[in-house]
Amino acid sequence: MTGIQRINAGIRLLPVWAIYMAGAAWALWLFWLAATGGLGVEPIEALEHRYGKLALQLIVLGLAVTPLRQGLGLNLMPLRRAIGVLAFFYVAAHLLVWAVLDVQSPAAIWADIIKRPYVTIGMAGFALLIPLALTSNNWAVRRLGPLRWRAWHRLVYPAAALGALHYIWQAKGFQIEPLAYLVAVVVLVALRIRGLGRRVAR
Amino acid sequence: MARRYISDLNWNDVTPRALYLNRRQLIGAGGAALGAGLIGGATAAQGELTPNSWDEITSYNNFYEFGTRKEDPARNAHTLTTQPWSIVIDGLVDNPGTYSMEQIVEGMTIEERIYRFRCVEAWSMVIPWNGFELADLLTRVGVQSGARYVAFETALRPDEMPGVRLPVLDWPYREGLRLDEAMHPLTLMATGLYGEPMPNQNGAPIRLVVPWKYGFKSIKSIVRITLTDTEPHATWNATQPQEYGFYSNVNPTVDHPRWSQATERRIGDGLFASRIPTLMFNGYEAEVASLYEGMDLTAQF
Repeated sequence: MTGIQRINAGIRLLPVWAIYMAGAAWALWLFWLAATGGLGVEPIEALEHRYGKLALQLIVLGLAVTPLRQGLGLNLMPLRRAIGVLAFFYVAAHLLVWAVLDVQSPAAIWADIIKRPYVTIGMAGFALLIPLALTSNNWAVRRLGPLRWRAWHRLVYPAAALGALHYIWQAKGFQIEPLAYLVAVVVLVALRIRGLGRRVAR
Repeated sequence: MARRYISDLNWNDVTPRALYLNRRQLIGAGGAALGAGLIGGATAAQGELTPNSWDEITSYNNFYEFGTRKEDPARNAHTLTTQPWSIVIDGLVDNPGTYSMEQIVEGMTIEERIYRFRCVEAWSMVIPWNGFELADLLTRVGVQSGARYVAFETALRPDEMPGVRLPVLDWPYREGLRLDEAMHPLTLMATGLYGEPMPNQNGAPIRLVVPWKYGFKSIKSIVRITLTDTEPHATWNATQPQEYGFYSNVNPTVDHPRWSQATERRIGDGLFASRIPTLMFNGYEAEVASLYEGMDLTAQF
């Protein structure tokens, strides 16, 4: 057995519920750290950014599942739903910290969504993810049928792009890290769309 | 010329030394509730202002020369050589030249000034600076009659500043004030805080403090001061003029395009703290509003 095959076998043995538990536990741990001084002297901003960046990282990982399988033979497919659901969970946590702990007043939240383009596109990305989270279960896959289900879930491409733009837009000055996420999203989405084209051509 | 300004904040607004030195240990020892209780008790009688500890002031900094994350300066700025240090003072002055740090502070009255500090990112602190009035330095070098502005420049040392290897900003960092702003008694050249020499991450060995303007105007680790007759280049203003004005006076009624400036988060108040209202000119309206009489502060923000 090669190294990759061994990893694939290990991934198949991982109970998916353990992934969900670990994802939720990590979010709670970060919250505990923020509440007790472990994330520095400005815990609201720190927690907001940690949740937001984890969400973006999980979205990038989710987009990478198919290219990793095709390119390296690494099979993360058994975990893809958990990756996607946890990404949504972290986007929601990021949004809640922003709304409840950071901006605080409902009027100011609404004003930010309307007036600040980087908040607007962040909210748009979140809205695109809602139907995906709601249909991330076997019943919905059966109900929609695989073709329609897959078409719906391509909404993650624009959502990922909006998330990366949202990250770039809030940064001050010219910063490398947010640009790196956009490049990753663009490359991965391009790979997926090229893959789609091939499948249709065949 | 010294002591032309008396702060309305006093030592009661700052964490007592014993507490600020112990705060992190108290919390770190797992006594978060105990620590919070002690601090709450000690500060309850000190009015509305939540004091900022040494730890807070020196661990949460914007000093992009050492990285763009708030914790980067505390981690990276130890590499900055601050001795010897000198400042070139030139332009429209009677006595231009390169002045050593010793020459600059010689004969200056180092005062304690407890100022509010409001970042353009909508967070704030209360900081006990030590320093002298910029006006005293400018008077000593002799401002010529044609001068209308003062330009400042931060050190640019790629060997000591990891952040400047990336084009995050157009280095070196530069800022400027109108001459009347520079001569105002509130405007400080700070050489320390809490009675200690200025920590590197806060702009050692000498920095500007203009408490009624957003923090980025208070340029750090100054190596050049130039008196000019034209509005000087200011880094953030030049980078994104629609977001950062030359004046950048703290103003709760003029929003940053990407966020509201009406309220602020006081650093150190924790995860569940309420935002507090931002004050016009950061609470120094009585002292500085007259500088801007007749100006449209929405247009000249």
